[in-house]
Amino acid sequence: MTALLEIEGLTKAYPGVVANDDVSFAIQPGEVHALLGENGAGKSTLVKMIYGLVKPDRGAMRLNGAAYAPAEPRAARGAGVAMVFQHFSLFEALSVAENVALGMETPPKPRDLARQIREVSETYGLPLDPDRMVGDLSAGERQRVEIIRCLLQDPKLLIMDEPTSVLTPQEVEILFHTLRKLSAEGTAILYISHKLEEIRALCDAATILRLGKKVGECTPREVTAAHMAELMVGKSLSAPARDASKPGEVLLHVAGLSVTPASPFGTPLREVALEVRAGEVLGIGGVAGNGQDELLAALSGETLVAPGAITLKGAPVGALGPNARRALGLLCAPEERLGHAAAPDMSLTENAVLTARIRKGLDRSGFVDWGKAKGFAEEIIARFDVRTPGPGVAARALSGGNLQKYVIGREILQAPTVLVVNQPTWGVDASAAAAIRQALLDLAQGGAAVIVISQDLDELLEISDRFCALNEGRLSAPRPARGLTMEQIGLMLGGAHDMHEVVA
Amino acid sequence: MIRLEKRPQPSRGWVIGGPILAVALTMVAGGVMFALLGSDPVEAMRIIFWDPLFSERFASYSRPQLLVKAGPLILIAVGLSLGFRAGIWNIGAEGQYIVGALFGAAFGLAFYPSESALIFPGMVLAGLLGGVLWAMIPALLKVYARTNEILVSLLLVYVAEAMLASAATGWLRNPEGSGFPGSRNLSRHPGTDNPELIAGTGMHWGVLAAFVAVIAAYVLMQRHVLGYQIRLSGEAPRAARFGGVNPARLVLLCMGISGALAGAAGLFEVSGPAGQITIDFNAGYGFTAIIVAFLGRLNPLGILLAGLLLALTFIGGELAQLMLGLPAPSIQAFQGMLLFFLLAIDVLANYRVKWGREAAA
Repeated sequence: MTALLEIEGLTKAYPGVVANDDVSFAIQPGEVHALLGENGAGKSTLVKMIYGLVKPDRGAMRLNGAAYAPAEPRAARGAGVAMVFQHFSLFEALSVAENVALGMETPPKPRDLARQIREVSETYGLPLDPDRMVGDLSAGERQRVEIIRCLLQDPKLLIMDEPTSVLTPQEVEILFHTLRKLSAEGTAILYISHKLEEIRALCDAATILRLGKKVGECTPREVTAAHMAELMVGKSLSAPARDASKPGEVLLHVAGLSVTPASPFGTPLREVALEVRAGEVLGIGGVAGNGQDELLAALSGETLVAPGAITLKGAPVGALGPNARRALGLLCAPEERLGHAAAPDMSLTENAVLTARIRKGLDRSGFVDWGKAKGFAEEIIARFDVRTPGPGVAARALSGGNLQKYVIGREILQAPTVLVVNQPTWGVDASAAAAIRQALLDLAQGGAAVIVISQDLDELLEISDRFCALNEGRLSAPRPARGLTMEQIGLMLGGAHDMHEVVA
Repeated sequence: MIRLEKRPQPSRGWVIGGPILAVALTMVAGGVMFALLGSDPVEAMRIIFWDPLFSERFASYSRPQLLVKAGPLILIAVGLSLGFRAGIWNIGAEGQYIVGALFGAAFGLAFYPSESALIFPGMVLAGLLGGVLWAMIPALLKVYARTNEILVSLLLVYVAEAMLASAATGWLRNPEGSGFPGSRNLSRHPGTDNPELIAGTGMHWGVLAAFVAVIAAYVLMQRHVLGYQIRLSGEAPRAARFGGVNPARLVLLCMGISGALAGAAGLFEVSGPAGQITIDFNAGYGFTAIIVAFLGRLNPLGILLAGLLLALTFIGGELAQLMLGLPAPSIQAFQGMLLFFLLAIDVLANYRVKWGREAAA
């Protein structure tokens, strides 16, 4: 049997880094092939070369035995290669059908297209109404728009970049069902992920990349997740350690928190209630776009609410701005590192002043004490192992993981009473993520209350004492995290968002 | 293919050497233009850049003009630069300059013919107040009605010009001026005059104020929390809000400061070099100051140099028209070349030029 796609010695170097170094592997027709690796391992560059977005420096590809060197994505699509990106390229103010038409070379008449969309969505169990506005869709539904757009082109190879990061467990099951059906019909799937259990459940073969090199291949069903993780990271990772301790007094109490979003596509918060105790980690799970950003803004003080809606150690803080809340010990680290948690073009010293000015006394009678600020920046860099030449470096020059360590470290070293973090390890490599989780646990151990908002359910189960889910701006009642199954969590997350599995 | 690659840090060499190279390139390109117009390019450059300051014939008149012209430009530009750094675009400094002059002149003339030493300080305060009030209109509308401050502040310039005309021909007209438009002369009346402080230098209170403003703005931007918040708001508005900056307060502050300085510049001008309120009292300083602010890279020290350089080309350009008979548009083209080269070279401080095909997608 000839391979569908053969890759031989692909190499791509960028200034200062070799993104792909002599990578070779083959994908068989109808195979679900996993591409596995940490952030920065070179997965994205590799698939961009396959999809014609990046030109390789060296090496060759063959599709169905013929030479394949797409100069642009259009050529790749013409040859039967389609790709669903991690970040969707959809217009919120347009309908599903209009969005699909925008991605096609020669779109059919609107009525025919709507019919085709319905056909494909029924065949593959991906219910989608072509007339709905994309702005009203959940993340999972938006992904379906992208998938259907690809399927309408009848691809031989479908590339999926981290497709499950925005899905609930039930939605993941249904996606897998669709992918298995496609594979049974002969479509090969190149599946990019770092979630090992998913790969074991779905994939027929796996290629593992580390630092741009292919470090191994395996049949996922036949090896353990731990084995794949070791190949991926290059060393064995230890799970965060913690001692069991009794939670103390309630530090943060939120009740009846409702917020109307400023933008038409924001998510309103509806009657959110929660409390966290000293020494406790509260995990808030949920698919992105269900009110995470709004909840963080309400807790940080960027959005002001009724005074009594949020109380810190019994004192109402809902109507106080960010700095007044910091002074009282309520600290936050938002999801977006560049532009929200840190100013990209400012140095690390200047970014230290951004949130630590009051608690660390970095100003004297209105004037910034730059010497002290630099000292604090250096302390964060040293204590949190931030890899950077020094505190004078601009924030945007740091890698995602290093900047995240800096941002989290900046808050932790201010000794918060309550710390709220949103997506603390998003886009961060595994060893930095482990360090951040350990730091959060240590903080709770020291008597602070910690709220972790995350889409990574494994992470939440690992570090939370109690778990609750945010779904369409509503927060579920918390449950003890220990012993929760993925299925229970999935139901808390709102199940499959109006989706019904089609029985094949 | 040529492409620009952003430098991780601005290049120090280009930040300092760039402007010098730009002036040199302007001299070459301008020299070619002047040669084509039939003048000696070397002589033209000497007249524009050297003679206003050092020639025996002209320097006694034109040297003081340098500070007289640069003073208001610098004073206004320093105020504007604070807002520009924060992403608040006050384009109407010309209007605030006029209203400041009107308020200050009206205050001084209200006590005419008193020669009390308290009148001039009062006029300065009135000028500041006039500029602030005129700037508060776009600022408050922006904060409470979400209007665009660029449009509102710009359009208020024309309202201010209409007020100036009505003052010059009506309510501030000199009663002893036999019906000619224009107010009493403030600079020739003790108590309301803004005199040359050191004879032969052109230094008056407004120039002194400009120097003080440069130093104060420098300290504010480098050391003060407010300066930090201004820079933060311009670079990352969302991070600024997270860092506890109140955007509405910042709009009012930045508009207020730039209005105050523009109003003060107007008052110093009307009580000094201009001498009186006339219909065409405003000479475009408020608009030229926008160029000065950007030419100085929104940095107070840069603005000081940019204001002096621009003032020099104005004076030297007039001299060249007079001496060589060069047409006025050629002088404007020359000034345009200077701006062009300065801004074009500026790109090199932040970007590296790369030849060849794009490497990254």
